[in-house]
Amino acid sequence: MNRASTGARERSFDWTAPFSAAMVLLLAALVLLPLFWLALTSVQDDAKTFSLAHYRQLVVDPAFVRPLWTTLWTSAAVGLACVIAAAPMAWLVSRTDLPGKRWWRTLILASFVTPPFLGAFAWVLLGGPNAGLINQVYYALFGLKPFDAPPLVNIFSAWGMVFVMALYTFPYLFTFAANALDAIPSELEEASAILGAPAWRTALHVTVPLVLPALLAGFIVAFLQSMTLFGTPAILALPAGIDTMTTKIWSLFQFPPQLGLAAAASLPLLFITVALLRAQSAIMGRRGYSVIGGKSGSAGKPIRLGGWKVPALALFVFVLGCSVALPYGVLVRTAFVRNWSAELAGNLSLEHWRFVFFEFSQTRLALQNTFVLGVSAATAGTLLVTLVGYLSLRKLVWGHRYLAFLATAPVAIPGIVLAVGLFLSYTRPPLVLYGTLSIIFLAYVTKELPVGYQQIASSLRAVHPELEDASRILGATRLRALFDITTPLIRNGVIATWIFIFIGSIRELSATILLFTARTKTISVTMFDLRESNDWGPIAVLSITMLVITFVMIAIIHRFTDARLK
Amino acid sequence: MGLVRVAALSAALFACVVATGAIAQETTPALVAAAAKEGKVVWYTAVDVKVAEVVARAFRAEYPNVALEVERAGSERVFQRISQEFQSGIKNVDVVNSSDASHFLLWKQQKLLAMHTPPDVQRFPAQYKDSEGYYAVWRASLSVMGYNTKLVTPQEAPTGYLDLLDPKWKGKLVKSHPGYSGTSLTGTFAITKLLGWEYLEKLSTQGVQQLQSTTAPPKSIASGERAVMVDGNEYNMFIEIDAKSPVKIIYAKEGTPFVTSPTAIFADAPHPNAARVLQNFLYTAKIQQLLVNEGGLRSVHPDVKEPADRTPLKDIKLLPDDPVAMLPQIAEIKKRYTALFGN
Repeated sequence: MNRASTGARERSFDWTAPFSAAMVLLLAALVLLPLFWLALTSVQDDAKTFSLAHYRQLVVDPAFVRPLWTTLWTSAAVGLACVIAAAPMAWLVSRTDLPGKRWWRTLILASFVTPPFLGAFAWVLLGGPNAGLINQVYYALFGLKPFDAPPLVNIFSAWGMVFVMALYTFPYLFTFAANALDAIPSELEEASAILGAPAWRTALHVTVPLVLPALLAGFIVAFLQSMTLFGTPAILALPAGIDTMTTKIWSLFQFPPQLGLAAAASLPLLFITVALLRAQSAIMGRRGYSVIGGKSGSAGKPIRLGGWKVPALALFVFVLGCSVALPYGVLVRTAFVRNWSAELAGNLSLEHWRFVFFEFSQTRLALQNTFVLGVSAATAGTLLVTLVGYLSLRKLVWGHRYLAFLATAPVAIPGIVLAVGLFLSYTRPPLVLYGTLSIIFLAYVTKELPVGYQQIASSLRAVHPELEDASRILGATRLRALFDITTPLIRNGVIATWIFIFIGSIRELSATILLFTARTKTISVTMFDLRESNDWGPIAVLSITMLVITFVMIAIIHRFTDARLK
Repeated sequence: MGLVRVAALSAALFACVVATGAIAQETTPALVAAAAKEGKVVWYTAVDVKVAEVVARAFRAEYPNVALEVERAGSERVFQRISQEFQSGIKNVDVVNSSDASHFLLWKQQKLLAMHTPPDVQRFPAQYKDSEGYYAVWRASLSVMGYNTKLVTPQEAPTGYLDLLDPKWKGKLVKSHPGYSGTSLTGTFAITKLLGWEYLEKLSTQGVQQLQSTTAPPKSIASGERAVMVDGNEYNMFIEIDAKSPVKIIYAKEGTPFVTSPTAIFADAPHPNAARVLQNFLYTAKIQQLLVNEGGLRSVHPDVKEPADRTPLKDIKLLPDDPVAMLPQIAEIKKRYTALFGN
């Protein structure tokens, strides 16, 4: 009786259409408002009249031309380094009898989730030309003296930066290449083998051409990742007097902020990203015809490496040693010694832990802010992408195409560019959010929309609309059907999305660095502040804390995805 | 009649109190109670983060009901953050400490500071306090050169700035940034006045590692990452020496920049009573002695004793700071410096 009447009232008006329209407006405000102010500010001079002076300075002033050039060539170098290292790694894992594949995949995942700026911190301690531990071992081993002989590694250089960026970007390329290999029917390779080609020839003439589109796409992603990083260049390139576009934009934000110039300097990054993503989707779109028919590659007989096992394993040991084992090791070591560059004996101490957790008055505030932001961005973001994903995939009402577009558009907006746009949008009425956590919250939600949307969309595609139709026939509204029928079915996808956004948020630096104030510091910017005074011990303690939180969250994801498999 | 007179007297007294800034200069029990009611005080400071937390710990021990929040960054960064906050209408900071003394001239001109003279400051020499009582020197330090004793022998160590231009130091030097640090800015002003910009132009071709804070180069040479530091805080060098790090201070023969670092209360401090409790506390002989003993700093408090193992100021050739002359040149110094050494 009661239930029937509720049903009747709900049937009286379907809120889906106005709701969808509201979502379009909300997403448009989130994504387009910052871009609007960015574009407008870039073509205004101080008197707010139209002017292209900022763009002229960008093209003429060597202080901008040089960073742009550095950014472009280093990003291309990172992309290439990733192809050279990760393509063979993917092939080895996918096609050969390489020992320890599961372990390698786990370590690649660890590299993938390590915040790149943590890697950069660790590499300062490993690859500082004179005190860096690797160089200390090198000098000791060969009886050399620092400064007399050139170091083995000089991490404070453009190439040092390329190296460290590549260490935390190669997992993207690995994933692209491994997925492509898994999709290619191994029969093609077997045919080549049956016709008498040696393994290397098959790889070169059959496999490589088939995965080439994936490698190109991966190269583009690696390029874009490197171009938009802030922490790594700030930690490794600035001490050598080298600027990239992101560090340049950051320096324009020192008070008094040169907003017009910062906006103008942001737009090239935006255009490059949009152009490359278009190129990438064109390349990936064509991949389809190579994979028609046949079983996936993993079903084929693995190629026997024989004596090649040694160099193959050496590649994995080198790449994962440099991206995971050595950095994690040096962070742990630094956290537990008084003087990071001295010998262990007599140097062990809990001093940095005591300082960070019992004396440093920013720790509590930063942890609290980071958690509040992580939880609220993950919750709001998950809710948003679930609704948007549902509306856009079910194609029920007006606006579904705009929704999908708006939800994935931020993928083309680099974090620091988004931050410039948000700063311009929310330091003026009607919404003055600068100085509050809200502006950082908006940055995180917007930045994570595409990742969340992809996650949810793939879960939603697995749920057939018939189930909802049944509930609709029984009188439920669409929203009720969504929450009562669909949501429980995609529960694991929702949880995974939440955790993805949470992990992405707690490690965010490149947008936060422009938006934080003393009250709204996060762990990442606190660490960045500590870097400016070379306080490596406390940095190591906070790094370990951040990694522990990240890995606990990943363990939770694994539990849920395992549950789904059962 | 009597009642009216009492009322008139109270009104006059009240007017007086309002006119003079309302809050007592001394830390009375009433002030402490009012501070406890505010619950916290926010202190932006440029002093090394560990020294700041030593002071904070002492403050918490004395005033457990007033939570002290420390925000530490380089002086120029502190100034930028405060300016950005004020421009955006954010009122967060109560008490500020900066090693760029010209900041206080600017803030005073803009009427942003509260007039307050801590009891101990009344006994400070006149040159170390504002004549109208808006700020006073909380600590002082020198921007010194230094070297790692495992990498450089005393014989080959440089004795002055011009020695650093020798090709043998190429790739071995480390330096702080005047765009970030007030000490570095004050030092850059003094040294370019003495030696001209040609000196820095030549130095910039020496492969200098560019760090930000003046607290960082002493840590860098202590770790052995660089052999010689061009500029860095004397107090961080004392801290390293006390911790048995292999470093030695060089007082350059051309002279060493003397950097005073005042503190002040902001007029719009969100916690005005707690701000005064903190400000008074910072200048007490006890805390000033703590800064000297544990923080390696110099104090201008008349009661403070220097440890015997530190070179007394009178034996060092000093280049005194001159905030009035520096103020109009700050933007230009930062610009020229960044063009030579990067951000």
